[in-house]
Amino acid sequence: MPARETLQEQSAAAGGYGGSGGATGKGGMGGRRSGAAYGRGHNRSRSRVRRPMTMGARYLLLAVLAIVIGFPIYITVVNSLLTSRQIAARPPVLFPVHPLWGDFAAAFSQAHLGIYLRNSAIVTILIVVAELVTSVLAGYAFAFLKFPFRRLLFMACIATMMVPMEATIVPNRQTIVALGWFNSFPALIVPFLASGVGIFLFRQAFLGVPRDLRDAARLDGYGHWHFLTRIVIPLNRPLIAAFALYAFMSAWNQYLWPLIVTDTNSVRTVQIGLKQLEGVGLNHFNLIFAGTLLAALPIFLLLIVFQRQLVRGLSAGALKG
Amino acid sequence: MAGTGSNDGNRSGESGVGDNTCGSGAMSGSTGRREVHGNSGGNGSRKGGVRSLAWLNAVREAGLGYLWILPALVVFGVFVFFPLLKAVWLGFFETPPFPNLPAHFVGLSQYASTLSSAIFLHSLWRTVLFVIFTVPAGIVLGIALATLAHQRLAGIRVFRTIFSSTVATSTAVASVIFFTLLDPQVGLFSYWLGQRGGTGILANPTLALPAVSVVTIWQNIGFTFILMSAALQSVPDDLLEAARIDGASNWFRFRTVTLPLLSPTVFFASIIGIIGSFQAFGQIDLLTQGGPNNHTLVLIYYIYQAAYTDSNYGLAAVLSIALFAILLVLTLVQFWFFERRVFYAGS
Repeated sequence: MPARETLQEQSAAAGGYGGSGGATGKGGMGGRRSGAAYGRGHNRSRSRVRRPMTMGARYLLLAVLAIVIGFPIYITVVNSLLTSRQIAARPPVLFPVHPLWGDFAAAFSQAHLGIYLRNSAIVTILIVVAELVTSVLAGYAFAFLKFPFRRLLFMACIATMMVPMEATIVPNRQTIVALGWFNSFPALIVPFLASGVGIFLFRQAFLGVPRDLRDAARLDGYGHWHFLTRIVIPLNRPLIAAFALYAFMSAWNQYLWPLIVTDTNSVRTVQIGLKQLEGVGLNHFNLIFAGTLLAALPIFLLLIVFQRQLVRGLSAGALKG
Repeated sequence: MAGTGSNDGNRSGESGVGDNTCGSGAMSGSTGRREVHGNSGGNGSRKGGVRSLAWLNAVREAGLGYLWILPALVVFGVFVFFPLLKAVWLGFFETPPFPNLPAHFVGLSQYASTLSSAIFLHSLWRTVLFVIFTVPAGIVLGIALATLAHQRLAGIRVFRTIFSSTVATSTAVASVIFFTLLDPQVGLFSYWLGQRGGTGILANPTLALPAVSVVTIWQNIGFTFILMSAALQSVPDDLLEAARIDGASNWFRFRTVTLPLLSPTVFFASIIGIIGSFQAFGQIDLLTQGGPNNHTLVLIYYIYQAAYTDSNYGLAAVLSIALFAILLVLTLVQFWFFERRVFYAGS
């Protein structure tokens, strides 16, 4: 039977595995394909084979769509660098000739954006870490440990995915009030310390850890804790990263729940802060634009860094909708 | 943590016997899926000492299992199962019209009266309309963009980045961006659409729901684009090449080769989209607050209003249960589909 080297070899060999739970494929943006432009989607059917769209026409179509889709974000960036007067100017200013960076500072000082961002960061990071810990532990328990009612309890965890937050807000808010947590960080964090999606994903992935590896670990005298931390987690790092990304985005972007359990700036998250910003009025439109960008910035940065995990993370996230 | 490993090591010396005891099951069982309530299976041991050791092992393993699922179970119990049952219960009580009066038990009658009320049916219809406005258009657009961006062209990465960029926006971010663009005084879209002045597009009964839908489509397009792009990459080149050599037109190849291969993803995206649209709250709250004249009063916003504007918890509870029932059916469809997809991918 395998000795220690064999175990290492096997972990190396199994290194490529680990993403099987995520399903949709990887590297959303990577592939290249030769051949003519095929299938332009809708409206016009093209029947000629030999004459694909000319290069110019293809670029034109791509450019028009890119402008339509990119415009809202582009104009937000531009407006965040203008004065309120310039924003209201007609014809509109579409390029910041003399960019002003003061709007961002003003968003922090006048619109409490610093506090909102800090609150969002605290809440999001704690939720992500806690969800990872509880989901990995529970996923491992359901995959490898035996205990009475295991199947039933696993079904219960899965069933939570079918109960949307929206359906339970009324009693949940009453619970929060009864616990004395209204307007506090625990109200924003504690209900999200566990994730049915996470448990489901990790359990499925852990079940796929090759059996030889488990036998080898057992012979090497690894207990469950060591098997989990030294073999199962490293093997599943891509999926864990994808889930972390998904958990981060859902926590950061939460809107309804923070709205109903907070009503003071000291604990409001940035998404709710945007609602406050919306009310600042026409004279401070530039603040709205700067604040909006700052609220989206962490996710933008995260996506740039973790582009490769994006697809898997999103299809995992898509599980809950 | 519990040293199952070392105990297993002791036992492995006793040829065969140890393998049947329950303690080793966790490590040696072929797939966890097939193991049924394992702890009762361990009566293969004949020697008393081994049996008690095995029994101890099983208890320790079970204890570890419970310990590791406990945090999740507590959270789910308090914030998922308990409130769900409580919502059903709250639905049996009618909230009095004046505050500080006790709610009184009316049984199922509140369910019956609410679910047949004109305002509920109106709200349900607006929700369905919202789904119809957002989901098909979003998917068609996503496929079109993915197909377009799926060619070898210089600089295509730039277009891909732009098409997927909205995935970084939250509902609140997208809504506030469009709120400013649609503002009747300074909004650029209002200016270009000739809607300057007046009360604006979002206060227009005919245009409010379509406007909110456009915002939603825009916010989701990045996600749909990425999903469809990934699916397109799995369409085999040689299949398309063969069709091309056979003289099939671009559109014909798309319709007969690409689209069928995309269909699982299309279905997946549809279900996700429908569920997402039923849960859409932020864009309503930030753009229209259910107005004008309840024209954007989708179900979830109706619940919010009932609970937090009118403090009518009984009504809100009934509406919540209705929303839950709808989403449950949709989620079950999604699960059924997900199981199938995993099955195909795994075999």
